[in-house]
Amino acid sequence: MTTLSRPPAPTLRPSLQGFFQKTGFDPRFTSMLLVLLAVWVGLALMTEGTFLSPRNLYNLSIQTCVTGVMACGMVFLIVARQIDLSVGSLLAFSGMLIAYTQVVLFPPEAGWGWPLSIVAGLAGGLLVGAFQGWWVAYRQVPAFVVTLAGYLMYRGAAFLVADGQTLAPLAPDYQLLGGGLSGAIGPLWSSLLGLLACVFVVWQRVQVRRSRTAYGAEQLALWADGLRVLLQCGAIIGFVWVMNSYTAFNAQQERVGKGIAVPVLILIAVALAMSFVATRTRFGRYVFAMGGNPDAALLSGIPTLRVMLTLFMLMGALAALAAVITTARLNAGANSIGQMAELYVIAAAVIGGTSLAGGVGSIAGSVVGALLIQSLDNGMVLMDVSSAKRQICIGLVLIGAVWFDVVYNRRSSR
Amino acid sequence: MTLNTFAARLLLAGLLGASALAQAQAKDLVVGVSWSNFQEERWKRDESAIKAALEKLGAKYISADAQGSNEKQLADVEGLITRGANALIVLAYDADAVLPAVRKAKDEHIPVLAYDRLIQDTGVLYLTFDNVEVGRMQAREVLKAKPAGNYVFIKGSPTDPNADFLHAGQLEVLKAAIAGGKIKVVGEQYTEGWSPEIAQKNMDQILTRNSNKVDAVVASNDGTAGGAVAALKSQNLRGIPVSGQDADIAALNRVARGEQTVTVFKDTRTLGEAAARFAVAMAKGTAPAAVQGAAIWSGGTKKLAIPSVFLKPVAITTDNLDYVVSAGWATKAQVCGGVDASSGPKACR
Repeated sequence: MTTLSRPPAPTLRPSLQGFFQKTGFDPRFTSMLLVLLAVWVGLALMTEGTFLSPRNLYNLSIQTCVTGVMACGMVFLIVARQIDLSVGSLLAFSGMLIAYTQVVLFPPEAGWGWPLSIVAGLAGGLLVGAFQGWWVAYRQVPAFVVTLAGYLMYRGAAFLVADGQTLAPLAPDYQLLGGGLSGAIGPLWSSLLGLLACVFVVWQRVQVRRSRTAYGAEQLALWADGLRVLLQCGAIIGFVWVMNSYTAFNAQQERVGKGIAVPVLILIAVALAMSFVATRTRFGRYVFAMGGNPDAALLSGIPTLRVMLTLFMLMGALAALAAVITTARLNAGANSIGQMAELYVIAAAVIGGTSLAGGVGSIAGSVVGALLIQSLDNGMVLMDVSSAKRQICIGLVLIGAVWFDVVYNRRSSR
Repeated sequence: MTLNTFAARLLLAGLLGASALAQAQAKDLVVGVSWSNFQEERWKRDESAIKAALEKLGAKYISADAQGSNEKQLADVEGLITRGANALIVLAYDADAVLPAVRKAKDEHIPVLAYDRLIQDTGVLYLTFDNVEVGRMQAREVLKAKPAGNYVFIKGSPTDPNADFLHAGQLEVLKAAIAGGKIKVVGEQYTEGWSPEIAQKNMDQILTRNSNKVDAVVASNDGTAGGAVAALKSQNLRGIPVSGQDADIAALNRVARGEQTVTVFKDTRTLGEAAARFAVAMAKGTAPAAVQGAAIWSGGTKKLAIPSVFLKPVAITTDNLDYVVSAGWATKAQVCGGVDASSGPKACR
């Protein structure tokens, strides 16, 4: 019932089915990665390789962060059969709180203004989330209605924070969180982090094999686990290598490698934490249980109301975190930021395999979903495609992804 | 009718009684203003300008706020007529949906002034800042700073007709240089909802595609200019001309810092003052086409011949930053925040 635990599709071609069974790879996630790969190759061909240049991939990684961070929370909500349509407006509201705290409340010279502003933004997000969660959980107003109302209210609230003014500039240290000119951690730290991640991947696989032996569970072939580790490490090292090979002039006019951008680290941290919560904690199991069968969850003693409230607060906090990245990147707080973000976030979760019927979804999938949407958007601007055509294209991809799920589920349940 | 609108009408009825009383006391002219959505920040400034001008002219100000609803605006206009308005100033929420209300006013022989936003009717007086001229000013200042090279257009929202007026003005100025090959357009994108972060993403992509070989950015307002400047900064590109409009505080500060070349200032007090003056003149019997400075304009989507007055906006660059300060629009501290007083523009010294 949790992530990556779907049964392998029985009606895939025998050779493929055998491959997925032997390797333990998730067929849906694997096929999504293949689609992403195909899209990348296609865009690279159509932009004469510019799309896959280190510079564009670096930009792409940053552009994905805002949607990705919020999609991590949206997965939880959708899995629990809820929805949040207000995240774009909430992003604008907490973004304005942050900018207001930094620009108006505290003088720019004060070095502690920006950490406090983040606290203010997160507090705002949590409070709004609690407000919405309370209406949904304890007053039984449907989440669709509460958050649709929120969609209007927080956009209005964002306006009121500074009477519609754009607040700028923000603190230079704060801007690093948005991955601007020097908002990356450099090649050395990136390599070290990549190495550490690889070690972790290997260690984790070893642990899995050990526990399987200890409990007498079926063991995957050594080559299958080896292949998984190899692919994961390859992806990590490849990513770090690309980020490091994007060189740009720094403030001292020296050409240096960028390394991983700070907002990307934020996204990775959020995704890892949320994955952990989803698969390894009681809270995560509650959420999936509630989505799978709400009545059974209630009858089995799960504090469904409290879980619901917590879910909305979590979403609020993540929207505020996304606001940190947006405002830091833009170096300004404006009440018009985050428009249509809710749609992209929900689309990312759905493309990532989250079922709107509840009970099924994965964090990794939704981050890849966000990456897929942003890749299309990014690549098509490189090709100078107009915004109207881009919207049509991304809309079609959304339908295609859900259609794929429908077909896939029908086959695997046959 | 919902309970809410019912309550609103009840309240209105009460107000009617009160205003009828007031009218009996003063036989002044009454000018009714129908706002489309008073929540937006700028209209407060417009309102105080209109109020002050009307007071000087000895006319009475009454108003209603449609709160962003076409239906409510129709009811508002009817209400203003019932309350005894001799002339109407209408900031239309929608250029077409407001027409039934305008027709109603016409039946009662009450002149209508379309304030800042077009109303598609030949009987009204259309008063606004010249958006095409704003576009020309943006292009002119950028062209002055960079007469040749690779240009990028960051246009406004695809759903806003003003975005196209602006772009038309920009092209008018740059047409010759583009045709002559001095200027090459290397990127052009609309910005959904005028959103700064979308402008930033688009600018990122345009820079990537052109390996940073961009010499000038014609952005259509200050929000999108902010996005473009952030994208340029993240590539450590400095001193590239960028245009904007609205005289946002943040943009004025960017001009003072040398990060933005120009913002176009539309002094709402001029607009409000002119609206009050024209409304009173029309209430006294002047035909819309006969007010001072009016000309027939037929550039709308329906190509109707509408009597119009276009006010000239002011281009703000480092040379005349003090203009907005002396106009009371922004304080010197706001404009010059973080600017070195010795090396900054003269307005900050």
